[in-house]
Amino acid sequence: MEFKHKHLLDIQALSPEDIATVFETADSFLEISSREVKKVPTLRGKTIVNLFFEPSTRTRSSFELAAKRLSADILNFSKQSSSVVKGETLKDTVLNLEAMNPDALIIRHASSGAPHYVAGFCRSHVINAGDGSHEHPTQALLDAFTIRRHKKSFENLKVVIVGDILHSRVARSNIFILRKLGAKTVLVGPPTLLPQEFTKFEVEVDYDLDHALKDADVVMMLRIQLERQQKSFFPSLREYRNLFCLTKERIGLAKKDAIIMHPGPINRGVEITAEVADSARSVILEQVENGVAVRMAILYLLLGGKDRETTD
Amino acid sequence: MDEKIKARVMDASKIRRSLLRMTTEIIERNRNLNNLIIVGIRTRGIYIGKRISQLIKEIENVEIPVGVLDITLYRDDFAELETQHMVQKTEIDFPISKKDVLLIDDVLFTGRTIRAAMDSLFDIGRPQTIQLLVLIDRGHRELPIRADYVGKSLPTSRREIVQVQLKEIDDTDEVLILEPTALK
Repeated sequence: MEFKHKHLLDIQALSPEDIATVFETADSFLEISSREVKKVPTLRGKTIVNLFFEPSTRTRSSFELAAKRLSADILNFSKQSSSVVKGETLKDTVLNLEAMNPDALIIRHASSGAPHYVAGFCRSHVINAGDGSHEHPTQALLDAFTIRRHKKSFENLKVVIVGDILHSRVARSNIFILRKLGAKTVLVGPPTLLPQEFTKFEVEVDYDLDHALKDADVVMMLRIQLERQQKSFFPSLREYRNLFCLTKERIGLAKKDAIIMHPGPINRGVEITAEVADSARSVILEQVENGVAVRMAILYLLLGGKDRETTD
Repeated sequence: MDEKIKARVMDASKIRRSLLRMTTEIIERNRNLNNLIIVGIRTRGIYIGKRISQLIKEIENVEIPVGVLDITLYRDDFAELETQHMVQKTEIDFPISKKDVLLIDDVLFTGRTIRAAMDSLFDIGRPQTIQLLVLIDRGHRELPIRADYVGKSLPTSRREIVQVQLKEIDDTDEVLILEPTALK
């Protein structure tokens, strides 16, 4: 029940009990966001730095709101308007910010392992908000939290993750968390974006979306990263759409009560049709709402209480 | 367990009679019972609140809603806690603005819990009045807070522990004074 981590760097370091603690805490925080006064004094006097070396709207604003609703002060750092453009290294940037005595650093970086590297030399709590194509732990926590609010149990739940698995840190974190929670995960995508190596993660790999959707409880669509399209991972957008776009007809193949998820941002008409994204079974906006509660839970569990003995 | 029972200060019938007496005091003081709502502080305040609500219903046939308040996020010693407290839900599903709130806890000690509870209430709405009911007032206040309804005033020393047990979660109705056997 006690959360003994100093940092949140990846899902792999969390035990099923840790995950349950995050969920139970987030349950309580959901209520605060529905109040007229959406603020509690718990982290008053704590300073949190949003250190984003990559663009983001959802994750950054979600962390910012989470911190503000707990009364912490938050400093937003973005690469474009910083000395990084003058050539300052990650280490120097962090050391300079640390000299101002923050309590936590929330880091997004294009290089896998950047938050782990920072956690190795800094005093503050480090939270990974997405590192390269490695992990995006808070996204996986909020995804699983959203699934938990719709489905009774993770046991025997069939979760289908579709799209650019190769480049997706969201997919990796979700693979890890779903395995820890006991769900069955099926990955779907074109072979160029879904190498056979993924079967090492104890998941099923399928290249036929229609086949994979049978009996699915949860369908998680990933964004096709259009900015990577010049590397030709698939012949054309039209072909991708024909094979992997979640349409009204296709979702009919899944279970009647299947929910549709997407971590955003959505390319409407590419990986998912507008009709499906806006349908009653879509929980995409609920994911965003739950994201704030889950991030409040993480901040509370890491920063709350006295400096405790931690396992990492 | 490194504490022993020093005294058993209330049993089931004493608790029942004292809740009944406080209920009549509440009815006497709140002429408009329809404006009254009960908010119990986790954990045992909830059950005392539900019992008071039931008693008011039996006597006056008025249904008083009972809400639940978790004060973990409002504690003033948050940064000093050795172990992390699990945050639990606050469940107040009715508006509290302009209402007469009867705040209920099992034991009144330093007054810090009540301070936190009042801060929390004001973040939820703006009550007309707040009254405080406790089963046990054990003294040693550190803040200018007093209870409007007291089941029993109990002079204690600071190192003693007052333990309220209620059937709903402890299988028995009684109030004990415990004393630590070894100084830590």
